[in-house]
Amino acid sequence: MKSITLHAQPSTAQPLSPLSARQPLLEVRDLAVSFRIHTAEVPAVKQVSFTLLPGKTLALVGESGSGKSVTAQAIMGILPSNARVQTGQILYRPTAESQAIDLAQLPRDSRAFQAIRSNQISMIFQEPMVSLSNMHTLANQIGEALRLHRKISRKETRQRVLDMLALVGFPNPAQALDRYPFELSGGLRQRAMIAMALICGPSLLIADEPTTALDVTIQTQILGLIKRLQQELGMAVLLITHDLGVVANMADEVVVMYHGEVMESGDIKTLFDHPEHPYLHALFKAIPHFDMHQGERLISLRDIQPDLSTFQTLRQPWPAEARQVAPHLQIRGVSKRYQIRQRQGWFRSQQHDLVAVNNLDLDIRCGESFGLVGESGCGKTTLSKMIMGALTPDSGEVLYNDRGTQRNLLTMSAEEKRYFRPKMQFIFQDPYSALNPRMTVLDILREPLHIHRLGDARMQRQRAQALMKLVGLDPRFLNRYPHSFSGGQRQRIAIARALALEPDLLICDEPVSALDVSVQAQILNLLKDLHQELGMTYIFISHNLAVVDYICERIGVMCHGQLVEVAPREVLFSNPRHPYTRALLAAVPYADLNRPLDFALLEKRYQDASAWPAPYTLRDVNASALVEEAPEHWVRLPTGGSL
Amino acid sequence: MLQYILRRLLIMIPTLVVISMLVFTIIKLPPGDYLDSYIAELQSQGETVDPKKIEFMRQQYGLDQPAWQQYFTWASGMLQGDFGYSFEYDLPVTEVMGDRVTLTIMVSLFTVIFTWLLAFPIALYSATHQYSWGDYGLTFVGFIGLATPNFLLALVMLYMANVHFGTSIGGLMDPRYLDQPWNWDKFVSVLEHLWIPVVVIGTSGTAGMIRRLRANLLDELHKPYVVTAQAKGVPPLKRLLKYPLRVALNFFIADIGSLLPSLISGAEIVAVVLSLPTTGPILISALQSQDMYLAGSFLMFLAMLTIVGVLISDLLLAWLDPRIRLTGGAQK
Repeated sequence: MKSITLHAQPSTAQPLSPLSARQPLLEVRDLAVSFRIHTAEVPAVKQVSFTLLPGKTLALVGESGSGKSVTAQAIMGILPSNARVQTGQILYRPTAESQAIDLAQLPRDSRAFQAIRSNQISMIFQEPMVSLSNMHTLANQIGEALRLHRKISRKETRQRVLDMLALVGFPNPAQALDRYPFELSGGLRQRAMIAMALICGPSLLIADEPTTALDVTIQTQILGLIKRLQQELGMAVLLITHDLGVVANMADEVVVMYHGEVMESGDIKTLFDHPEHPYLHALFKAIPHFDMHQGERLISLRDIQPDLSTFQTLRQPWPAEARQVAPHLQIRGVSKRYQIRQRQGWFRSQQHDLVAVNNLDLDIRCGESFGLVGESGCGKTTLSKMIMGALTPDSGEVLYNDRGTQRNLLTMSAEEKRYFRPKMQFIFQDPYSALNPRMTVLDILREPLHIHRLGDARMQRQRAQALMKLVGLDPRFLNRYPHSFSGGQRQRIAIARALALEPDLLICDEPVSALDVSVQAQILNLLKDLHQELGMTYIFISHNLAVVDYICERIGVMCHGQLVEVAPREVLFSNPRHPYTRALLAAVPYADLNRPLDFALLEKRYQDASAWPAPYTLRDVNASALVEEAPEHWVRLPTGGSL
Repeated sequence: MLQYILRRLLIMIPTLVVISMLVFTIIKLPPGDYLDSYIAELQSQGETVDPKKIEFMRQQYGLDQPAWQQYFTWASGMLQGDFGYSFEYDLPVTEVMGDRVTLTIMVSLFTVIFTWLLAFPIALYSATHQYSWGDYGLTFVGFIGLATPNFLLALVMLYMANVHFGTSIGGLMDPRYLDQPWNWDKFVSVLEHLWIPVVVIGTSGTAGMIRRLRANLLDELHKPYVVTAQAKGVPPLKRLLKYPLRVALNFFIADIGSLLPSLISGAEIVAVVLSLPTTGPILISALQSQDMYLAGSFLMFLAMLTIVGVLISDLLLAWLDPRIRLTGGAQK
C-alpha cells in the first residue's frame, strides 16, 4: 500500500497521548429525540447516554426502529425536518484541550455545523447504491468534500481524490476518477463513500449499517478496510448495526438499544461473555450459526404460530412412484449471456458479452431443500429466473418432473405454461417492493386464485384467511394495505401469496437479507416448518452461508455462472474443498469474540479462477467439470484433473 | 456520437414522409374542397356563381386530379421549397406566413422566458417549504392560473389594459404602425402590447410547470444522496441546486421537443381573441375553409419542428444525464 499524507486536522493526525485519550471525543447525555407526526410528538430516542473515546469503536446495536439511526442523525445534525432534539446534550470535543461543543444546540444549517460535517465528523450510509449522486463523477463528489473545507486548487483536489481512492482499495484509481457511481459495483460504491467520508481526515466516523446491503464477502472487505483506516488515521468509529457478528469483529464498546432506550452497555468482552439483559440474550439466540445441532431451532424474539390445519385443499400428496421417475428439476447445459455496453470515452461505447450462467448442470431432487450460494453477479438469480421462465436461456434445457410426467419447461406453449404456472412460485428479496401498495392484503392473496379461476369470491376469502393463519398473521388484517405492516410481516404476506396455489416448487431469492436478525429468525423458522409440513421442493438462494446452512439439505456454490462445489450441508461445512467455498465460509462473521474474521484472507483474489490453488486452478473456465470426489460431494476441477 | 446523430437524421426522412401522408389525408377527409366552401360562402351572400368559372378554377388549382396526384404535386413541391399556393389569400404560402412567423416567435419566446423566470423560483420555494403557508398560497394561485380559461383571462386583461393604461385593444402594435417598416417607435409599441399575450399565454404554462417541477423535486429531496450531501456539509442552496434539481431537470429538457412547435403555433384561441397577427389564427381559418396547401404546409412545418425538437432534447438529455449516455442496451 502506497503511503499517503492525509491533510487532517493536526490534532487527529498526531498520536494521542495516554492522558488525552481519557477525554471523551463524543459524549451523549440523556438525549431524547421525537418526531412530530400530525399533531402528536412521538418519541424515537429516550434518555440515551454514552461516551466514545478518541480512536475507539463504539457499536450501537438494535433492530429497525430501535432509534439507533436517529441517534446518529442527531449527532450529525441531519435529522428529518419533523424530528427534534427534545432534551439532552451531544458534547463533541475535537481535541483534548478544546472546549466541548454541544451539537444538540448548534443550528442545523449554521456555518459552524457545516464546518464540522465531513471535516471533523463524517458519515457513511447503508445503501451505497443510492447514497451517491448518479449525475456526478466520483472526482466531483469526493473532491467536493475537500473543497468545502479546505482552500485547495482543482488540480490538487484531483490528486488527493486519486490518493484516497487508492487508499480505499480501488483497483484502478486513475480510471475511477471520472466514473459515475452507477458504473460501479456495490462494494466499490461503498469504498467510494468511505473515501468521501475520510478525505478531510475526520476524528469521528459514523457508519450507519455500512455493510448490511452487501454480500458477506464484500462485508468482510469493507469492515477490514474501515478497521485498517481507523488505525492509520487514528479516528473513532461509531458503528450502527443490527448484526452481532459484525459487532464482535469491530467494536470496543457496545450499546444495545431497544425502542429508543439503552438496554445494556459496556465493554464488549463483558457484554458478550456475560450478557445480562434478556433482550441481548434473545438476540444471540436468533442468529443462525454453523455450530447448531441437527434439528436445533432458532429462537425468534417474537415467535409466530403457523396454523396448517386448514391449508391443504387444492393439492394431493405426491404418489410415491412419481418421485422415482426423475429428479424434480433437471437442468442441463443451461447458459445465458447478457450483452452489455461498456464505456469507451464520451458517448462511445462498446458491446461485449457477459456470461451470467455458463453451461450449468444441476439436479434438484423431489422434496428437497436445495441452497444456491454465491456472491452478487455469480448468476444465481439469473438461473432462478430461467427456471421460472422469466428469462429465456440461450441454450440448454430444463426438465420438470410433474408428478411422474417429464416436461420440458423451455418448449412449452403459452397455453401449457399458463396451466403450469401454479406449480412453481417465487419469493422475492425485498418485501417492500414485492407487494402492490394499492392492493389490500385480501386482494393480494386472492389474486393468484383469481388469475387461475379457482373458486368463487367466498371460497377465495376463506382461502385468504387460511393463508394468513398459515403464516401466523391475524386474518382480521386482510383489509389493510401493505404499508401498515412491518418488513417481516410483509415478507410473510409474500410467502402466503406464493403458497396460495399450493406449489410443488418454491424458489426463495434472498428472502431474509433485507430483514433484521430477529425477524430473519422468524421467517427462517416459518420457511423451515412449511417445508417439513407441506413437503414442497425449495430452491433457496442466498449469499449468507449460515442462513443456507439452517434451511437447506444440499448446497451448491456458484461462481462465475458455474457451480464450483455441490455437497450435502453437513459435508460442505465440515469439509469444504473448493477455495471459493472456503473464502465464502471465512467471510461469515461470528457473534463470538474467540472466532474473529480473517480480514487478510479476503484481500486475496479469491474470485480469480486462475489464482485458485492447485488442483482447482482453472486456466480456461470452459475446460472444467464437476467431479464426484466423495459420494454426493462434487467439486469443479479442470478437465482431466484429479484430487 | 456522430454516427448516432446521423442515424437519427436518416430516420427523420421516413418519419416526415409518413407524417405528410397523414396530414394530407386528414385535410382531405372532410367532404368537398376549398371551391365547394367558396361557392357555399358566395351563395350565402346572395351572389350567383358561374359554373364555368368554378370549373376553370378547379382545373387551374389541380383540384380535379385524383388525390394521390395532388399529394405528389404538393410533396414534390415542398422538396424544392415551394410550399404551394393559398387559395384564400391568393398568395404563395411562404408569403402568407413570412410576416407573421417573426411576430409569433417573438410572442412565444417572451412567453417561454416569462414562464421559466416565474416557475423555477416558485417551484423551488414550494418544494423546499412543502405544506407551509407560502406553498399553499402559491399552489392556490397556480391552480387559479390552470383553471381559468385563457381566452377569458385575455378579455379581462384587454379591458384592464385599455382602461388603466390606454393601450389600444387587440393586435400587437398600435394600428398606425401596421404595414410600416420597423423602427424604434414601432418596436416600443410592440413591447407595450406584447405583455398582455405573454402574461395570458404564460399563466397556465407557468402553473403547470410549477406543479410538475415541485412534484419532481419532492420525489428527489429526501433521497439518500441528498442526505449524503448534507452530511458532507454542503450549504443548503448549493445542495438544492447541485443535486435534486439536476435530477428533476430531466422532464424539463424532455419538454423541449414539444416546445419548438409551440413556439410557432402559439396559442391559437388567445390569438384570435386578442386578434394577434400571429400564425395561430391563420391555421384555424385555413382548416375551416379547406385552404389545403396553406394548412398542409403549416402542419408539415410543425411536424418538422417537433422532430428536430425531440432530437435536440434527446441530445441534451444524454449530455446532462450520464445514465442515459452510458447505460442501456441489455437484452432480456
